[in-house]
Amino acid sequence: MSEISYIQRPNRPLHVYAFGYIAFLYIPVLFLPLFSFNDSIYFAFPIEEFTTEWYRQMFEHQAMHAALANSLKVGAVASVLATVLGVFGAKAVTRYRIPGKKSLIFVIMLPLVVPGILLGVALLLMLSRLGITLSLYTVTMGHVLICTPFAMATLIPRFEGFDRAMEEASADLGANAWSTFWRVTLPMVLPGVVASLLLCFTISFDEFIIAFMLTGTDPTLPIFMYSQLRFPARLPPTVALGSIIIFVSFVVLCFSLWLRRYGVEESASDGVRP
Amino acid sequence: MTQTHDTLRGRLYAFFLRSEPVRGFALLSPTLLIMLAGMCVPFVILVAMSFWTQHVFEFDTTLSLTNYNEIVDKPMYRVLLTRSLAISGACTVATVLLAYPMAYYVAFHVHRHKMVWIVLMTLPFWSSYLLRVFAWKIILGYNGAINASFMGLGWLEKPLEFLLYSPTAVVITLTHAWAAFAILPIYVSLEKIDRSLLEAATDLGDGPVKRFIGVTLPLSLPGVIAASLLIFIPTVGDFVTPALVGGPDGAMIANLIQVQFARVNNWPMGAALSLAMMVIIAAISLLYIWTARRFTEYGR
Repeated sequence: MSEISYIQRPNRPLHVYAFGYIAFLYIPVLFLPLFSFNDSIYFAFPIEEFTTEWYRQMFEHQAMHAALANSLKVGAVASVLATVLGVFGAKAVTRYRIPGKKSLIFVIMLPLVVPGILLGVALLLMLSRLGITLSLYTVTMGHVLICTPFAMATLIPRFEGFDRAMEEASADLGANAWSTFWRVTLPMVLPGVVASLLLCFTISFDEFIIAFMLTGTDPTLPIFMYSQLRFPARLPPTVALGSIIIFVSFVVLCFSLWLRRYGVEESASDGVRP
Repeated sequence: MTQTHDTLRGRLYAFFLRSEPVRGFALLSPTLLIMLAGMCVPFVILVAMSFWTQHVFEFDTTLSLTNYNEIVDKPMYRVLLTRSLAISGACTVATVLLAYPMAYYVAFHVHRHKMVWIVLMTLPFWSSYLLRVFAWKIILGYNGAINASFMGLGWLEKPLEFLLYSPTAVVITLTHAWAAFAILPIYVSLEKIDRSLLEAATDLGDGPVKRFIGVTLPLSLPGVIAASLLIFIPTVGDFVTPALVGGPDGAMIANLIQVQFARVNNWPMGAALSLAMMVIIAAISLLYIWTARRFTEYGR
């Protein structure tokens, strides 16, 4: 015990550093909500009067609403498609002995190590060669590509975590593959599926460079915000929306982490049970 | 007729059920095919187009090295490539150095509610990247948070102008934006360290510093290596940060690539630049992994 306490004895400077680092991570993000209530179109100090004018303008901003709707649509479709692909992939690599599995996983995980601009450029070239017009569909396609590795990475531990005997028992009791999947496999990996949907949606909703290369006339929200950043007068309502998005994404993330932890704790207790 | 059809189907089905690799491949194939179509096909086209040349509104599809010669000859391309590498190299080093003590703190000094700390460290990372970069514009600007507060405190006569629109601004912003990518891998590798090794080192007479250099640091190197690659590879090609806080001196290669597809309208050049960037990133990463492996092997 004395050795352990020697190794892990409280370290005051490190403690202070940790709090300083957390402040470094949070303060910049909190500047946006702060300025979203500031009665000036310039994002500079000193801070003027308190106002909710920008939030009012935000609610009347048609183009912004259109961009938000586009992003929600793209995010929803991309996250569902990527998660479906992730479920297929994760089940395949955890349940079957596949020759060359490692290199196949590497191919699927490739978008994680390729800079976004390169993928965006390459997809743009392919689409233009194929004569496909750029639209929200092409953006969605790009997002499915970058989300699928994340979906796989989220789902593989879930598939590894549950007992294969459950599926075998279901098959032995006469369920066909399809009903085994719906009645046994899916409920058990459901927390992973929800976590994957949320993660993929967040990634797609926030993604800029691929959308920037592949978007047609309908901008997604990040593209729209980027176009507003150049004009001081148009900026405050954008920042108001940004503050709301930050708040919502914090809430959603906490929920998804709780969900994931809930899943982990449950499977951990499964292991303990005799 | 239906009889033979049924038996054939039955046999195929039996084969399908029996052969595990076949079933595995069948299940994996949708994901694999989409990823192959979405990654490999565009990449082949990218490589092909980088050897073409642009003639006003049309491509000259005869293969030539014109674009690559230009990248080597024209100083502008070289400057932007080296600057991108330097900026993201600096950002990688800064992020890892700043994140290491934080990860160390959570791994060794937080005993209760570790999960809360991990969530706390990764939460800002999930807010909009674009808005976080924009937030730094507010902080570093001429009338920004830093200048305003330092002048308010009487530490500065007039605002510092070099803060915003400079390579420094890009490095600071990226260091903040990619923090989570350093904290998590380093934390995981520190958490994995067998605590009895540290006790053994202490029993054998190592002080805190010697124990850290001799045991903790080498064992956490895989996390450090993973973190540096996770940050270096994407930041070289970052577009938003240099565009928003970099100014003309802080522009990076992705900005130059993007212009080739917009204003300049020289797609083959854009393809060649992207490919050159990727090859250089891959070469540096492989060299880094190789060096790190040798280094850790010598350490043992």
